[in-house]
Amino acid sequence: MNKLIAWFDERIPMTKTWNIHLAQYPAPKNFNFWYIFGVLATLVLVNQILTGIWLTMNYVPSAEGAFASVEFIMRDIEYGWLLRYMHSTGASAFFVVVYLHMFRGMMYGSYQKPRELLWVFGMLIFLVLMAEAFMGYLLPWGQMSYWGAQVIISLFGAIPIIGDDLTLWIRGDYVISGATLNRFFALHVIALPLVLVILVFLHIIALHEVGSNNPEGISIKKPKGSVPDSEKPKFTFHERFTKKYDIVDAFPFFPYYIVKDLVGVAIFLFFFCYVIFFAPAMGGLFLEPPNFEAANPLKTPEHIAPVWYFTPFYAILRAVPDKLLGVILMFGAIVALFVLPWLDRGKVRSVRYRSTLHKVNLTVFAISFIALGYLGLKPATEVYTMFARIFTFLYFAFFVLLFFYSKNENTKPVPERITK
Amino acid sequence: MSNAPVDKGRRRFLTVATSVVGAAGAVGVAVPFIASWNPSEKAKNAGAPVEVNIGKAEPGQLIRVEWRGQPVWVVRRTPEMLASLEAVNDQLRDPNSDEPQQPEYAKNLHRSRKEEFFVAVGICTHLGCSPQFLDQGMGEYVEGAQAGFFCPCHGSTFDIAGRVFQGVPAPYNLVVPPHYYINDNTILVGEDGEQA
Repeated sequence: MNKLIAWFDERIPMTKTWNIHLAQYPAPKNFNFWYIFGVLATLVLVNQILTGIWLTMNYVPSAEGAFASVEFIMRDIEYGWLLRYMHSTGASAFFVVVYLHMFRGMMYGSYQKPRELLWVFGMLIFLVLMAEAFMGYLLPWGQMSYWGAQVIISLFGAIPIIGDDLTLWIRGDYVISGATLNRFFALHVIALPLVLVILVFLHIIALHEVGSNNPEGISIKKPKGSVPDSEKPKFTFHERFTKKYDIVDAFPFFPYYIVKDLVGVAIFLFFFCYVIFFAPAMGGLFLEPPNFEAANPLKTPEHIAPVWYFTPFYAILRAVPDKLLGVILMFGAIVALFVLPWLDRGKVRSVRYRSTLHKVNLTVFAISFIALGYLGLKPATEVYTMFARIFTFLYFAFFVLLFFYSKNENTKPVPERITK
Repeated sequence: MSNAPVDKGRRRFLTVATSVVGAAGAVGVAVPFIASWNPSEKAKNAGAPVEVNIGKAEPGQLIRVEWRGQPVWVVRRTPEMLASLEAVNDQLRDPNSDEPQQPEYAKNLHRSRKEEFFVAVGICTHLGCSPQFLDQGMGEYVEGAQAGFFCPCHGSTFDIAGRVFQGVPAPYNLVVPPHYYINDNTILVGEDGEQA
């Protein structure tokens, strides 16, 4: 066995990669509940790829055949219903864990220097994920697939001058048609998953280059020679990490955190399976009722709402009476997150040691995001629109306020070491 | 290896020249990939004009036909509907149809060739939903209005000539497609005709 490993190690950095990224990767010892979502996102990604491949084996990507083939998968393929519900529930679960993962980063300042690029890769993953989800939602070719796509593609029509030609080019027809369906299928099953996997790889490489942040927001890398041996953890970390620094308060990722994460994975699977088996449509949130009816270009459903994970941004779009400005603001809501590392000029990472103002600001932001998500599901009545405007304002106020107060923020003293 | 002195200027020129030619090649290769997303010949053919028989339309009735996969409405308006057009002028975003949402021959108060018949693409100018035709009961959404169109997606409202009301998300009036009368009972949607 050792000889076989040695044979490989002479030809490819197998053991070395294992050690750097798993067995000898130093992970801070104080990871809490919020640190499970990276692993969960990876798990859901694997679920999506696996069930997705199996679904393509029976799905027919054409305007004539798509809806019927999904019904065929649901009724006539052995366990087809399970594979499809794993995929559709997985899509929603992906956004649940990604939103929580992002909020974790915001709470503990995981986007701050030197993790800006790590955050940007994460945001790119989020962006590709949204494109992936949007295109995937067209594929069952139900009423909501069709009209939801109609609404989203029309957004590009708001761009001055080239707008109309651009939407025509995206659709490949004067309306959404089989041509649109087929190209979305190609992008959904080949192009975007490929990009997604590459981005996830880059995300992890960037993480392991700068090291994991933690709830205290303080570094586990101390200047070389500054820590007495008695205070160093009794673990071997790869030379790559210990060459320049003394590592303190850390465990190797494997097996310690992997084992701990397994508990989280089990709890997650409990909820995941509950939804798959008992509430796959999640009361119309994960699979919307109009989508059980085949697409009909001549009949708009009474009320069009995107799937829940898009509704915060959709609510922002609707809150603005001007079409172009609404589109700009909606994309602006995502751009603002992209540039967060540069908007936050603070030096203290974790919310634990930041000012009360920041705590309030972050809380208001989280509430606004959830409120917008709720409002985006509701019809645009006068009262709801007014609330959507207020929360849109608060959403953007978070970034503006942060930029100004973070320069000279009244923070608490940050400890030298992770205590306990 | 040759020990000849390096001619840096020449090396730079060759590097730039190779890059430029390579970039031009990359742009050339991109053309088929991008152009293949344009509507196919089949899709363009499906965009051919359609005839609408209006001989049997009752006053106040809406006929729905499909043109280029989009719903096109032909509404036979009642005299009361036509009389209401002037009354709502000051509640509209673009009462005189200044935006190019219609052919020249429909740039008038009733936005049609013949006063009685209104032809429009039944797709909301906000985000592409298809509004509902309300031959009465429009007053629920717009004060003082009788008939019109209401978009259930985001609450945009249009009068009975497809003109958008103020304070709704839709930015423009409904699109009037090119059309002409082949005879008194038939409209051809999709072409302007020679009498344009």
